[in-house]
Amino acid sequence: MFNQLFANVEWSDMLVATIETFYMTLLALVGTFIFGIILGLLLYLTSPGGIWQNKGINFVVATIVNVFRAIPFVILILLLFPFTDFLIGTLRGPNAAIPALIIGSAPFYGRLVEIGLREVNKGVIEAAKSMGAKTSTIIFKVLLKESTPALVSGLTVTAIALIGYTAVAGIIGAGGLGDYAYYYGFQRRANDVVLMCTILIVIIVFVFQFIGDALTNKLDKR
Amino acid sequence: MIKIKQLSKVFQTNSTAIQAVNALDLSIDKGEIFGVIGYSGAGKSTFIRLINRLEEPTSGQVTIDNQEITALSKNELRLSRQEIGMIFQHFNLLWSRTVRENIMFPLEIAGISKPERLERVDELIRLVGLTGREDAYPSQLSGGQKQRVGIARALANNPKVLLCDEATSALDPETTDSILSLLVDINEKLGLTIILITHEMHVIQKICHRVAVMEDGRVVEQGNVMDVFSHPQQAVTKKFVEQVMGKPDDELTDETILKQIDQGKILRLHFVGEIANQATISQVAKKYDVELNILHGNVKQTQSGAYGTLFVQITGDDEEIKKAIDFITSTSVQVEVKEHV
Repeated sequence: MFNQLFANVEWSDMLVATIETFYMTLLALVGTFIFGIILGLLLYLTSPGGIWQNKGINFVVATIVNVFRAIPFVILILLLFPFTDFLIGTLRGPNAAIPALIIGSAPFYGRLVEIGLREVNKGVIEAAKSMGAKTSTIIFKVLLKESTPALVSGLTVTAIALIGYTAVAGIIGAGGLGDYAYYYGFQRRANDVVLMCTILIVIIVFVFQFIGDALTNKLDKR
Repeated sequence: MIKIKQLSKVFQTNSTAIQAVNALDLSIDKGEIFGVIGYSGAGKSTFIRLINRLEEPTSGQVTIDNQEITALSKNELRLSRQEIGMIFQHFNLLWSRTVRENIMFPLEIAGISKPERLERVDELIRLVGLTGREDAYPSQLSGGQKQRVGIARALANNPKVLLCDEATSALDPETTDSILSLLVDINEKLGLTIILITHEMHVIQKICHRVAVMEDGRVVEQGNVMDVFSHPQQAVTKKFVEQVMGKPDDELTDETILKQIDQGKILRLHFVGEIANQATISQVAKKYDVELNILHGNVKQTQSGAYGTLFVQITGDDEEIKKAIDFITSTSVQVEVKEHV
């Protein structure tokens, strides 16, 4: 019955597409995490009253973040074609999607990092200063450490947005479940393929959400 | 040991300048517990932050142990801060670290090796009485325990000075007392100089040797706690003394007391520090053939002895009463005799 219901689904292709979606999501997530933390820290530290208080840098970083968050992802991919081509050497396949995925989601995650850092108790930072801590110690041992649950839950939200982005990237030929659903499902009127891709994407989203929530709870000692 | 000269801090907002601390001069001796009391807005919180430059002074000088804190570069200040412990009203512990890891934090900052750190932390945990709670997270501790962690953390690098910023203001009265005893204990054991700011006069009364009263960014009165208690000069100081001693108006007048008794005399005993203690009364009762009846009184213990007044009815043979009064006069207790006219 199952095979009748999904008559048009090629299970081996579906497996490849699923793996591609995972691959793109995870790799982009690593890049998003690194760039997002850097952007978030810059936004937080250069803000008024921050350790590196600096109106100029704060304005520039905030503008970059806002502009990239304003561009719809599907347009961002097209805009980045020359850059992607230069960096990866091709416009097709999962690897070609990575730069756009990172550039699309790092500013979003950067804002979430900034919010997380703002929640760190100012008194604790003051206590660290009173102990004679270096700025690097304050960043790594106080700010990032104390905001870890917020950083992880932010990363979970970002990961789920990223899964959505990979599907969009798929339509422009990046591979993955979005690609499969569009070319093998939608364009061939094979609705069962579209449905199966949807089910798999939903499952992937749930898996990320579950892992993220569990990790956040484990890390939060408040 | 700590010299503060003409220290000022002005907070500049868009339209106005607020003078939080105004040309403040203070000198604090080594090994003393120095209290600064004032209402909120008096500038005491700003003052204590100026000492380790958590707030940058607008002008003036802070010198600790011949080192001019206000002249240090950023990096020198960082090193110097490792020798100035600080505890806070809201404890400011890292919630992501256990008790042990919190206390270890300043040692990590000072670059102490791990085995030494662990050893030092165990010492400190014993000192502040937190044995058995080493692996708890701050969220699992009571307020008093959190402040103990704060104190252990502040003491980790063997500081010369301990700054206490309203350290007991967020605690209930009982816990406050236990934290104050711990501070006295540390002061005596380690000979540590302690500067504390508070708005509660009983904190000053319990543990301070000297006190400065702040109002509008200035020190309006300072001196030994006993002197300030017995002869408050400024209105604000009188109000603070009333916090612990009660209003003078609340006390019974001599007439009302006299009305209630029909024999003997009333002695008004005034205790002011030094060897003053209630044993005087029992000595009088033992030595002389008189009856003593305590009618009313208010005596507080301070770091330098008891302070307060006691109304006592004394009855017996006139000759014995006279001898008893002479004896009390020979101690440090001041006596006033009231009798029916």
